[in-house]
Amino acid sequence: MEQKNTVLIDGQVVELNGEKNILELTRKIGIEIPTFCYHSELSLYGACRMCVVEVEGRGIMASCSTPPAPGMKILTNSPRVQRVRRTVLELLLANHDRECTTCDRNGSCKLQELANRFGVKKIRFGERDVKLPLDHSSHSLVRDPNKCILCGDCVRMCAEVQGIGVLDFSGRGSNTVVTPAFHKNLADVECVNCGQCGAVCPTGAIVVKDDTDRAWAAIHDPEKMVVVQVAPAVRVALGEEFGLPAGEIVTGKVVAALKRLGFDKVFDTSITADLTVIEETHEFITRLQKGEKMPQFTSCCPAWVKYAEHNAAEYLKNLSSCRSPQQMFGSLVKKYWAQEIGKQPEDIIVVSIMPCTAKKYEAALPQFATDGVPDVDLVLTTQELARMIREAGLVFDQLDIESFDTPFGFTTGAGVIFGATGGVAEAVLRAAHEFVTGQPIDQINFEAVRGFADRKEATVEIAGQEIKVAVVHGLANAKALLQEIKEGKADYHIIEVMACPGGCVGGAGQPISPTMETKKERAKGIYNADKLSQLRKAQDNPVVGKFYERWLAKPNSDAAHDALHTAYSNRGRISGEEIKLMTSQEPDQLDIAVCVGTCCYLNGAYDTLQKFMKLAADSELKERINLHATFCLEKCEQGPVIKVDDEIINGVTPDRVEKIFTEKICTKLK
Amino acid sequence: MKQEVNGAPKEERNTNYQRKFEKVNEIINRLGRSQSALIPILQEVQEEYRYLPEEILTYIATALGLSPASVFGVATFYAQFSLEAKGKYVIKVCDGTACHVRGSEPVLEAIKKRVNLSGKKKTTDDLRYTVETVSCLGACGLAPVVMINDKIYGQMTPEAITIILDQLEKEDAADE
Amino acid sequence: MNKETLNQLEARKNQWRQGFDREKARILVCAGTGCVANGSLEVYAALKQEVEARGEYVTVDLLLEEEKTGVAVVKSGCHGFCEMGPLVRLEPSGILYTKVKAEDAAEIVEALVSGGKPVERLLYRHPLTGEVYAEEHQIPFYHHQQRTALAHCGQIDPEDIREYVVNDGYEGLKRALTQMTPAEVCREIIDSGLRGRGGGGFPTGRKWELTRIEEGPKKYVVCNGDEGDPGAFMDRSLMEGDPHRVLEGMIIAGYAIGADEGYIYVRAEYPLAVQRLKTAIAEAKKYGLLGENILGTGFNFELKIKEGAGAFVCGEETALLASIEGRRGMPSPKPPFPAQSGLWGKPTLINNVETFANIAQIIVKGAAWFSEIGADQNTGTKTFAITGQVANTGLIEVPLGTTLRQVVFEIGGGIRGGKKFKAVQIGGPSGGCLTEEHLDLPLDFDSLKAAGAMIGSGGLVIMDESTCMVEVARFFMNFTQNESCGKCVPCREGTKRMLEILQRAVDGEGRPEDVELLQELAEAVRDGSLCGLGKTAPNPVLTMLKYFKDEYIAHVVEKRCPAGVCSALKGYTIDPEKCKGCSKCARACPVQAISGELKKPYTIDQTKCIKCGACVENCPFKAIKEG
Repeated sequence: MEQKNTVLIDGQVVELNGEKNILELTRKIGIEIPTFCYHSELSLYGACRMCVVEVEGRGIMASCSTPPAPGMKILTNSPRVQRVRRTVLELLLANHDRECTTCDRNGSCKLQELANRFGVKKIRFGERDVKLPLDHSSHSLVRDPNKCILCGDCVRMCAEVQGIGVLDFSGRGSNTVVTPAFHKNLADVECVNCGQCGAVCPTGAIVVKDDTDRAWAAIHDPEKMVVVQVAPAVRVALGEEFGLPAGEIVTGKVVAALKRLGFDKVFDTSITADLTVIEETHEFITRLQKGEKMPQFTSCCPAWVKYAEHNAAEYLKNLSSCRSPQQMFGSLVKKYWAQEIGKQPEDIIVVSIMPCTAKKYEAALPQFATDGVPDVDLVLTTQELARMIREAGLVFDQLDIESFDTPFGFTTGAGVIFGATGGVAEAVLRAAHEFVTGQPIDQINFEAVRGFADRKEATVEIAGQEIKVAVVHGLANAKALLQEIKEGKADYHIIEVMACPGGCVGGAGQPISPTMETKKERAKGIYNADKLSQLRKAQDNPVVGKFYERWLAKPNSDAAHDALHTAYSNRGRISGEEIKLMTSQEPDQLDIAVCVGTCCYLNGAYDTLQKFMKLAADSELKERINLHATFCLEKCEQGPVIKVDDEIINGVTPDRVEKIFTEKICTKLK
Repeated sequence: MKQEVNGAPKEERNTNYQRKFEKVNEIINRLGRSQSALIPILQEVQEEYRYLPEEILTYIATALGLSPASVFGVATFYAQFSLEAKGKYVIKVCDGTACHVRGSEPVLEAIKKRVNLSGKKKTTDDLRYTVETVSCLGACGLAPVVMINDKIYGQMTPEAITIILDQLEKEDAADE
Repeated sequence: MNKETLNQLEARKNQWRQGFDREKARILVCAGTGCVANGSLEVYAALKQEVEARGEYVTVDLLLEEEKTGVAVVKSGCHGFCEMGPLVRLEPSGILYTKVKAEDAAEIVEALVSGGKPVERLLYRHPLTGEVYAEEHQIPFYHHQQRTALAHCGQIDPEDIREYVVNDGYEGLKRALTQMTPAEVCREIIDSGLRGRGGGGFPTGRKWELTRIEEGPKKYVVCNGDEGDPGAFMDRSLMEGDPHRVLEGMIIAGYAIGADEGYIYVRAEYPLAVQRLKTAIAEAKKYGLLGENILGTGFNFELKIKEGAGAFVCGEETALLASIEGRRGMPSPKPPFPAQSGLWGKPTLINNVETFANIAQIIVKGAAWFSEIGADQNTGTKTFAITGQVANTGLIEVPLGTTLRQVVFEIGGGIRGGKKFKAVQIGGPSGGCLTEEHLDLPLDFDSLKAAGAMIGSGGLVIMDESTCMVEVARFFMNFTQNESCGKCVPCREGTKRMLEILQRAVDGEGRPEDVELLQELAEAVRDGSLCGLGKTAPNPVLTMLKYFKDEYIAHVVEKRCPAGVCSALKGYTIDPEKCKGCSKCARACPVQAISGELKKPYTIDQTKCIKCGACVENCPFKAIKEG
């Protein structure tokens, strides 16, 4: 028998070329089989059943999970297939909050699109019978479980690509919901606000928190001067919202649109990215020379910073103390520029246009506010800007291009490439050599750190020393790298981490796009913009030079530290939990909490706790002790940590328990 | 066993808290810290607390290096696990096919009436009884079947189960 | 190979056999879950005491060294006739006492010791014919059975490995390890024609072979003891009544596919099975039948027990594996099949308890012996749990291909209370219902599938004329809806909506268009679901629609329940022939739903009637009918 390497799809002979599944194969021949839960970068789930096809002799099968085998006869649109797909849609719609007109994802919703495509006109089943509460707790995202179709895309995204697992299914059967642990709010768990869950959500179950109303209010407030900064990655993606191809550079139109919308000044975040390069590179050189706190991790991605604060306490000191470009921008504007133009900080509203949802969270952090006035007042994502442009009726495509305002409008290619994974590392490499040796580097393109590989590496020689650089994007890749470093299997000097796959171009605030290809196109756009720049090294930015002259003295100076740097602190992974061990009803009781969070646990907190229990139980003062185990006292690097009333005591290893008990507890009780 | 949670003197209550927590650690150490030990750990911990307290689940997640959400996901998937405190007597009424066709529903109704439970409530306020239905206890030959804690009662009728519950209460009263 | 180990076992076996031969008689008290629940442990204690009281030596353990004889009082596994429990069986006479109480012990022992007649009142009496049977094998319930997988259940003490060994236990393992290559073992199983007893009926040997040929140093054998079908308890009886047989099948499987580790996944609701399996594993290890260097052959195999945590869907193999790995028991798409990528991504063989229980005998007696039992392509025997409105309920084993009629009427003794047979639900919530026209259908994988049902795990629920098939379909849909894992859309949402539609039918709120909608939905769920649970969940509905469509239409169109079960559809009508027009009913009616002229037949306004039944009680002429 002749064994041909072909299959028959709807009567058409199709050759096999090692396709993983039937779905990929059909897409190659121009048949777009619908799916909700298939994403090539996530594990196979096979739950939505929209992608079913009929295989002769085998019946109805999910095309996403079935590899094509030679000789298969496949029907992609048979009556049985149609019936399954239509039923699935009807069932999903019946259980879905169908308030499409007021939904954030109206127009970009997969469920809506497919219902339309399949002409579902009538829902023969009853309405959804439960209305679950919405979660508005996060600065970045809003969760609406009533719109969730349980495809699990967010669950797998968070666990597999980001390595966190904030969300999982709970319950079973028709009671299943996707939720953080114990139905807590996103703000009360270890969510890093990267928003990738929302980016893969096919419906409006997880959306970016909409701040456009606040933006309009600021614009319409005659008392305020509204200043806007635009992040690099926005300029290669916004066009998609208006029918332009991904990766097309629309900087001039973005500026024009922002001016028409009524922003008083339109600036470019790339300039503070240049500033970041200078500060961060100097910080690195200092560390390198002192030989301490190595490797140095980048800190411009707030999702990564929060991840580290939750999960990598022992490496917080390794994070560059540099604020992100967004925060450096806000800080300079309010601290120095306001003064120069004769304004009070509170009279200026700083708005950022970001590809990122975590930036909303970052801007709201208390350390980035002075006397209650935030450095950055408001963060809008690319998606939200597109909405404002549409609302204002601007025909984006027909806008005449305009230029950024001065002074925060002058940029180099180094600042622009921050928008793609590898960009920060490359910009630092373009600077480091020059800072150490005083000689500019010949080759400024570092192809090795570009692209979408999980981990990229480069080695450069600076003044006879080999500097090893690693770049990771996607927090699961960062997690793996941290583990290797911990085990002594990896050894780098500089590590760039971006939480989103592809870096900022792949941010969750960007236009909704299901494929990695779009992100790659955007990254290409970023590097094109760099190539077209006259200046391509941060240190060549004359305006940044002026900032130092006028405001900051020199890199890493006290003034620079004050305005451009920050510090990090540990964060517990989950809030509001403790295990009661001894309770007191006496009026003059003493509260003792022993941390059993991840770090302390691994440092032997349980042994410490056990000793405490024993000492307390044997003590005459036991009636007055309130003892409990708690989940994070946020001093992880010095674990085990205990808290006696309000006093935090670090390093309470089992051998120190007795001493501390006598000194701290017995004395206090007496 | 008597009113372990609320009414006990402080001394006893505190030892209970500690003993249970030590037991949790003993269970984790014995069964190991891999994900495959999660379900057995939850089973044994539930034996100890009679339910799975949130903070203990977080603790287990920490010890096993899992995300709390995934531990919560497992704990809410399996019918055996309860995240709410269960009664001293857990009464399982089998509603498998055999029991159903031989009248398990009247038996269930009789139990609920006897212990004063209505609607979706499963546990009595005094934490004495939890009443639930199970899909099959595999004792179909004795249908309808009721299981109280680990003991199976076969060929139940509304009258018979009421007598059994009366008896339980009498024994309890004698103990106290 | 180390011959010494083998010889040692042989020597032990002989010694043990002599021990058994020293017993004058054996009293086997059933200690299966059913009988224990009915008090068999008290019966056991009483019997022991009585034997002692009569000056007989009671042997609860083997008589090994002494030249002494005695009466053995032993706890056995399940006999299958649970309804008649507690059961006590005597050997060598084969007498079976039913519904024994502790108070009966004296009489039983007296009759045994004196050699007198058996205690007649404790013997089985046929509920229809009244005939009394003394010996177990004569009782119609047993007479028509062929117990091979269940051969030891009720005959030996499941907690004593010596009884198993003396009864040719571990002979299959010995033969496989010492005389056969792994490929030959697989071939033997293929040749036997054995098909998976868990539901689908996939050829077991092929599954073994597929797993055997997978490359890789690490493979697993998994026994699926997550028997969740409501109305089925054969796996429980096997694990409780003959745990070593299950173990032996698994160890042979390990050898055949090249695995050194196995898991038995047991439902959480089966604590006794867990305990007996644990004992069995410990004993097998003690005698070198499990663990390292089994029987001195160099083959290693470890077994672990995993207790389920209450999820029916974990009976599905990929969900079961997820559960063993400590995750939510949600099935994953196949391919890849467990044979390629199973537990922790390693090649894994999963078989059901009963499948494993068949293995050792096939190896000992040969594929030819096995393939002669049963029917073409459906070889061997199958256990069924018969429950419902049948005279004899319990666990039975018959050759595949036995007709439904034989099972229901000969073994099951026909319908209880002289009612009429209506239907049988086979295969639990995954199966379908069959009607009178199927009574001569052979019970085998293929015939049942063709009729829209399936063997499933082998639950047979017999229903009489008083059963409402719509309500039964609703019951099963409620079950699957509750047990759906929630992963795939058709099953999660579809079962919910099917239940909704059926619920409104029994609540009297059905709509005529539901007939078509339910059919369409059921077919889409069957075609579209991810795993076996969802794919088979519509079966009870589809067969109901196929065989009892009129009954469903009566519910949704005529708002009537022909079986008179659905209370919302109960209605009262006045028979004009019998009504004398006395007006008592009208006066008794609390909602003034009855009207009429005196001395002429009255009528009930169905829209006002609240179905309280007051009229029926008050009618002196029995003119008001329900239904």
